[in-house]
Amino acid sequence: MDKQQDQRSEARPVLEGPDIARVLTRIAHEIVERAKGADDVVLLGIPTRGVFLARRLADKLEQITERKMPVGSLDITMYRDDLRMHPPRALARTEIPGDGIDGRLVVLVDDVLFSGRTIRAALDALNDIGRPRAVQLAVLVDRGHRELPIRADYVGKNLPTSLRETVKVQLAEEDGRDTVLLGAKPDTPGAHP
Amino acid sequence: MQRHLISAADLTRDDAVLILDTAEEMARVADRPIKKLPTLRGRTVVNLFFEDSTRTRISFEAAEKRLSADVINFTAKGSSVSKGESLKDTAQTLEAMGVDAVVIRHGASGAPYRLATSGWIDAHVINAGDGTHQHPTQALLDAFTMRRRLVGPDAGLGKDLDGRRVTLVGDILHSRVARSNVDLLHTLGAEVTLVAPPTLLPVGVETWPCEVSYDLDSTLTKSDAVMLLRVQRERMNAAFFPTEREYSRRYGLDGDRMAKMPDHAIVMHPGPMVRGMEITAEVADSGRCTVVEQVTNGVSVRMAVLYLLLGGAEPAVTHARPTEEK
Repeated sequence: MDKQQDQRSEARPVLEGPDIARVLTRIAHEIVERAKGADDVVLLGIPTRGVFLARRLADKLEQITERKMPVGSLDITMYRDDLRMHPPRALARTEIPGDGIDGRLVVLVDDVLFSGRTIRAALDALNDIGRPRAVQLAVLVDRGHRELPIRADYVGKNLPTSLRETVKVQLAEEDGRDTVLLGAKPDTPGAHP
Repeated sequence: MQRHLISAADLTRDDAVLILDTAEEMARVADRPIKKLPTLRGRTVVNLFFEDSTRTRISFEAAEKRLSADVINFTAKGSSVSKGESLKDTAQTLEAMGVDAVVIRHGASGAPYRLATSGWIDAHVINAGDGTHQHPTQALLDAFTMRRRLVGPDAGLGKDLDGRRVTLVGDILHSRVARSNVDLLHTLGAEVTLVAPPTLLPVGVETWPCEVSYDLDSTLTKSDAVMLLRVQRERMNAAFFPTEREYSRRYGLDGDRMAKMPDHAIVMHPGPMVRGMEITAEVADSGRCTVVEQVTNGVSVRMAVLYLLLGGAEPAVTHARPTEEK
């Protein structure tokens, strides 16, 4: 058990660096397969960690298709349905690739799929930016407990969890290492994914 | 952040940087096909303007509408105020209508503070200029413009204006813009110098966190930003300088003076400009003058202030944010 950084002694890794790399390679292939070549794909990551995952996916897609892959970020803070329940959060960057999203296949990328509320907010945000041909969703981890009729098209790992557990994704770009940690929830209520 | 925005001096460095960073993201909404966010849906904001204003009122209105707030415009002219209604009664009327925020401009210094602290209303109060006291959103948009031009839109994120030299020229005595700017720029780490004829400097200016000079030419050469202020004739009840010609000779910015400024330095003006008085047409129309940019930035900064005050359950807290660099 690795607990050198995490205070919560029970947090245990369920995916490590090489697993994450393999999972992303598989998702990239699935995107190419389902989009029949991924000609019109635009990857949009949801900050913070979804953006790094989207960039990594774009690199892999570029290797497979040998074409430049448009990649950007979509901040959903101001579309959240729980805005009124917390102090306002600092905003993150929304960066839409130059050619826009009209008529394209947008693949949203996030680290953890949980209640589905983030994705609902993302769909609202997309609505104000343009009209994609279709929208798909890629996530590194699906931990279940959906509160809305939303599902992912590409899942890195299905992780059955209880609501008393936390799933924490760490990526080298932000946290210095690649890992997915499954831990017990600290007693403080209101911790939101 | 506090519940209200009354004075630029109430903002901590972290508050101010958070507002500027948020404004940077808000600015990008203006580039979208649909320039609207759903963030303040169902919230009502009243623009309570007891004093004339075009720029600030329209700017606030645009910001409120872009955030989907319901906007009520109130001008003293043609309202019950002209029949003799007091600020208290006006405030209580607004409170009875269930208003979430009041943006107030008033000729009397301290009116927004009175409104915020008297217990007449529960709404958030945002000062849009009171007498010769404060105009905090103007100072924020000026700081935003400086950071964008001198540091860069992306490079500036999370940064203040540490060590930048800013010169404010003109009618400091009557200027709430000057007071707000001195407070905010000091908080953000900039070095401020005021340049004005002695008659247009207020009593007690030596206690402000800035330098004072009577000589524009020597200050210009070491300024990163020069802000010109309008001579406010409407607030003047005495002769503060011999002639307009003499004023503009000594304190006006023309092409020759601008050439002495460092190459990267910008010329700012809160508007409305009086061409030929404090600024010549040549300077006003040059690429170094940021007047139009300041108006554009005003909407973004006011969106940021409205979002951070009204967007959540309580105003944004900066100290609870660890070193989260986004």
